Amino acid sequence: MRYSIGYLFELVLVITGKEIKIRYKNNIFGYLWSLANPLCFAFIYYVAFKVVMKVPVENYTLFLLCGLFPWQWFANSLIMGMGGFLSNAQIIKKTAFPRFVIPFSTVLMECFHFIFAIPVIFIFLHIYGFSPDWIWLAGVPIIGLAQILFSFGLAILFATINLFFRDIERFVSLAIMMLFYATPILYSVDLVPKEYLWVFNANPLSSMILSWRDLFMHNNLNWGYVGNFYISSLICVFLGMWTYNKLKDRFAEVL
Amino acid sequence: MITVEFNNVTKAYPLYHHFAMGIKSLLLHPSKILTIFKSARYIAIEDVSFSINKGETVGFIGRNGAGKSTSLALIAGVLAPTKGTITVKGRIASMLELGGGFHPELTGRENIRMNASLLGLRKKEINKKLDQIIEFSELGDFIDEPIRIYSSGMLAKLGFSVISQVDPDILIIDEVLSVGDGPFQEKCLKVIESFKNKCVTILIVSHDMNTIKKICDKVVWIENHKLKKFGNTETIVKDYLNFMN
Repeated sequence: MRYSIGYLFELVLVITGKEIKIRYKNNIFGYLWSLANPLCFAFIYYVAFKVVMKVPVENYTLFLLCGLFPWQWFANSLIMGMGGFLSNAQIIKKTAFPRFVIPFSTVLMECFHFIFAIPVIFIFLHIYGFSPDWIWLAGVPIIGLAQILFSFGLAILFATINLFFRDIERFVSLAIMMLFYATPILYSVDLVPKEYLWVFNANPLSSMILSWRDLFMHNNLNWGYVGNFYISSLICVFLGMWTYNKLKDRFAEVL
Repeated sequence: MITVEFNNVTKAYPLYHHFAMGIKSLLLHPSKILTIFKSARYIAIEDVSFSINKGETVGFIGRNGAGKSTSLALIAGVLAPTKGTITVKGRIASMLELGGGFHPELTGRENIRMNASLLGLRKKEINKKLDQIIEFSELGDFIDEPIRIYSSGMLAKLGFSVISQVDPDILIIDEVLSVGDGPFQEKCLKVIESFKNKCVTILIVSHDMNTIKKICDKVVWIENHKLKKFGNTETIVKDYLNFMN
């Protein structure tokens, strides 16, 4: 059965709305909690790395937040998205709809959280005497689209594998933690010893964080980073959709 | 015109609990490693063929675990056949389980929207039909309560309201109407009658032979994962009852 784009769009909105309603069912502060996490970590890292260890990076809090908010979007999309098929077993087992909208909705919901976090970045820019530029209006959607694709590709890949091999969830959680430190969020790339630079060139998440930070702090769209990020995003989407298409007919029987 | 066709359909489930054994039992019982790789399979239905014409009402009967629900899930497109082909033409509205396709934390109203959307309706159509669905469900103020507090009868009402108001070509109901109260069951049967007049194909699982005799044109009798008989309701129900006693 073929689905029209309009229908898929509406279905994604319905599922996203459902996720948001369920997530904040009994929370008074709702989405503010999505800000609490990165702000809290920014505070911890600031104390640990700036106050105590004296990392030679200027405007360190702003520097951290410009990396932490996109990271939070990515990491949450993957962690929540990975369990998406499992937590929606009830509707997958009983109705035939295109299942890929579930991880897509998760990525989209985290995207909304990220968009709501942008005003916080504004505030910190202001505190540090920076000002945003019109280029953001182009830059945020351009990098954002790549990040949607990237997160979706990985989320659907691991969500699919997770159904057949549940250990993957633990593995991915560990991998995300390791990647966090292998991505220039807490430090800048020029602090990295030359012999380890290849790690950062090979890591698509570096291009992601560096693209965002260049945009937020320097009002600059670095096409090198953005291009790299798009290439890895397309690879992820291809891998994810290929795996999903191979296995989607068996979802209902393993749930 | 044929709407649903099964061509030598076999559905086998791999038994996934082997994967779930975990590393501990693997270390303690290394000999069992092999059994994981051996294809342990459970055959739910084997080599089943039948075809259903447009506008027919067909009952699926048989013991528990015979393969009725699997057959309906295959038609609904939730499962894919292991062997053979299935052709289904038209929009399907299915109610495969009590509360299936609903989320317990959402309210009745929110669930109607989600379920209708999952069944393939566009937002415009849902808006148009929402009041109709709510009215049909007879749930009153409960419609804005989370459905985890619903009784099973209320869940059946909610589910049937959605599938009955979405203008399907094929209606699939898996043994869920029996929990509704008398008047509501009457109402459901009336709706099913009106669907029959509108030439909607209806597939229904039931253990209640009176219902089957009342509404079904044909019966599919599945015994021990195989198609035992397919055809005229009267004769097959009689054979079935004799067989069961």
